[in-house]
Amino acid sequence: MTDAATPPAAATPAPARTRPFYWSVRRELWEHRVYLAPAIVGAIALVGFLLGLHGLPDTVQAVAHAPNPATHADVARQRGQLFVMLAPFGFGAGAVLLTALIVGIFYSLGSLHNERRDRSVLFWKSLPVSDRTTVLSKAFIPLAVLPVVVLAVVVTVLAIMVGLASVVLTSSGVAPETLLSRLPTFGAMTLGVAYALVILSLWYAPIVGWLMLVSVWARRMTFLWAVAPPFGLCLLEMLALRTVHVWNFLHERLIGGFAAYTVGGLGKAPLHDLSQIDVTPFLTDPGFWGGLVFAAVAFEACVRLRRRREPI
Amino acid sequence: MASIEARGLAKSYGRTVALAGVDLTVQEGRILGLIGPNGAGKSTTLQAVLGLIPYQGQLKVLGRDPWAHRDALMTEVCFIADVAVLPRWLKVADAVDYVAGVHPRFDRAKAEAFLAKTTIKRTSRVGQLSKGMVAQLHLALVMAIDAKLLVLDEPTLGLDILYRKSFYDSLLNDYFDHSRTIVVSTHQVEEIQHILTDVVFIDKGRIVLDCSMEAFEGRYAEVMVGSDNIEAARALKPILERQIFGRHILLFDGADRGRLAALGEVRTPGLADLFVAMMGEAADARTGAAA
Repeated sequence: MTDAATPPAAATPAPARTRPFYWSVRRELWEHRVYLAPAIVGAIALVGFLLGLHGLPDTVQAVAHAPNPATHADVARQRGQLFVMLAPFGFGAGAVLLTALIVGIFYSLGSLHNERRDRSVLFWKSLPVSDRTTVLSKAFIPLAVLPVVVLAVVVTVLAIMVGLASVVLTSSGVAPETLLSRLPTFGAMTLGVAYALVILSLWYAPIVGWLMLVSVWARRMTFLWAVAPPFGLCLLEMLALRTVHVWNFLHERLIGGFAAYTVGGLGKAPLHDLSQIDVTPFLTDPGFWGGLVFAAVAFEACVRLRRRREPI
Repeated sequence: MASIEARGLAKSYGRTVALAGVDLTVQEGRILGLIGPNGAGKSTTLQAVLGLIPYQGQLKVLGRDPWAHRDALMTEVCFIADVAVLPRWLKVADAVDYVAGVHPRFDRAKAEAFLAKTTIKRTSRVGQLSKGMVAQLHLALVMAIDAKLLVLDEPTLGLDILYRKSFYDSLLNDYFDHSRTIVVSTHQVEEIQHILTDVVFIDKGRIVLDCSMEAFEGRYAEVMVGSDNIEAARALKPILERQIFGRHILLFDGADRGRLAALGEVRTPGLADLFVAMMGEAADARTGAAA
């Protein structure tokens, strides 16, 4: 209000600089606070860890002083102890990621549907923001904003967990190295998770494209339209041909990206340090590139369809 | 330059013909009322003008093809589709920020000044506002945009009379100048009659009347006659006759005002009465053609 009375210097003021993409992303985050659910789940994981913290010194002690195993039962028991020690860290990060995936699915399904259902599409279309900017700003949320949210929450949660664990162990006279040496360093973990999130984002881009396509196309029941065709096809193939190609394809597309956070990208042991990262399995996978092409086609189709879409 | 220039504008949805070849020219600086019954093609016409739907025929809006150049057109054209299109989750302050962030011709100070005259809280969400306040907010956003063409499709639907009146008063006093063009479609014909410079009646996808308000006032006249003069008045072929408190009110198209004055009190009719007369006539003509 302070400069409200200042008249423009020239007769015709130069048009103000605009940032349609930036403001479109802001707008999406006003409507969908996608960062809330991952943050809440991260906080819950932290509280759970805190409540179980009193048992940590005993667990670490057991791992540290495990004798050389004599029997298969010993091996199994020692593996169990190691698992109990490390599980909270992996579970905490996994829960945050899973939450973000669910948020991303429902966000994408509503992205181009809700605006038609509440008729606000007519308001957005009354402003000079192109359909392309709109579609890209909406795809930006699951593909860029959510990964950053996951990274921030996971790194924060794990840092607090490791910090608390070190304090508790030291104060109970147990050397924290037993635990810390079996976890990646903080830097390696951060970079490793960041790398895995980039790969996951690219891996899931065609799924986001498909969900947004359903969102712009379907008049109702977006979830059913998104899920029924691929799984219907899968069922049809199983019954008619007694093969599982479609199922294998879907399965690979749904979980294949997680291999990024494994040694050599092979999907077996989780990363421990950065030298184990290998992007080759992805870059040489035709499915990876095919997915990106599908995503690009789907987003372009969303742009064209939104152009013609009216309120429902 | 004409703001809107349509030649043979047509649109069909499947087998339903929404627009059957409309010719329309709206000059800069005019306020055009687009009036027609439900399903007449008002909204379809406006949607075509705004580049929201593809169409057949020729259409130029501010010199551009609205379907091909929609994005560029939207920096100079603004529209309010109806009061309910602002999303419920949007905060008032965010709405102002957003439009300021994406629209090169938006004047934030103007929007703030308009909002300051209302009771709208900047922290409210649209869902918390009354229908009238949502319309005020939308108008505040739109009036702060220096647009060359403003399209209003039933902008006051569902508002009470006080909000409707202040809506059009604001539009006329704080927004309109002779470099802008406004096209408004509404059912509440009588309330906007005084602000219009031109009127178009549309029915069944065709234009049935297209004239300026000056021409309208010169051409149409309404006479109130007692029963002693009624036969003489009927001889002049009124296009509509109705009775109020035992007096006859007859509507004439192109009749000589001097002769009418001899029969009773002459005045300019309301658009709504002419609308009823013409739509009734059109309906009769259609039945006649069908028989």
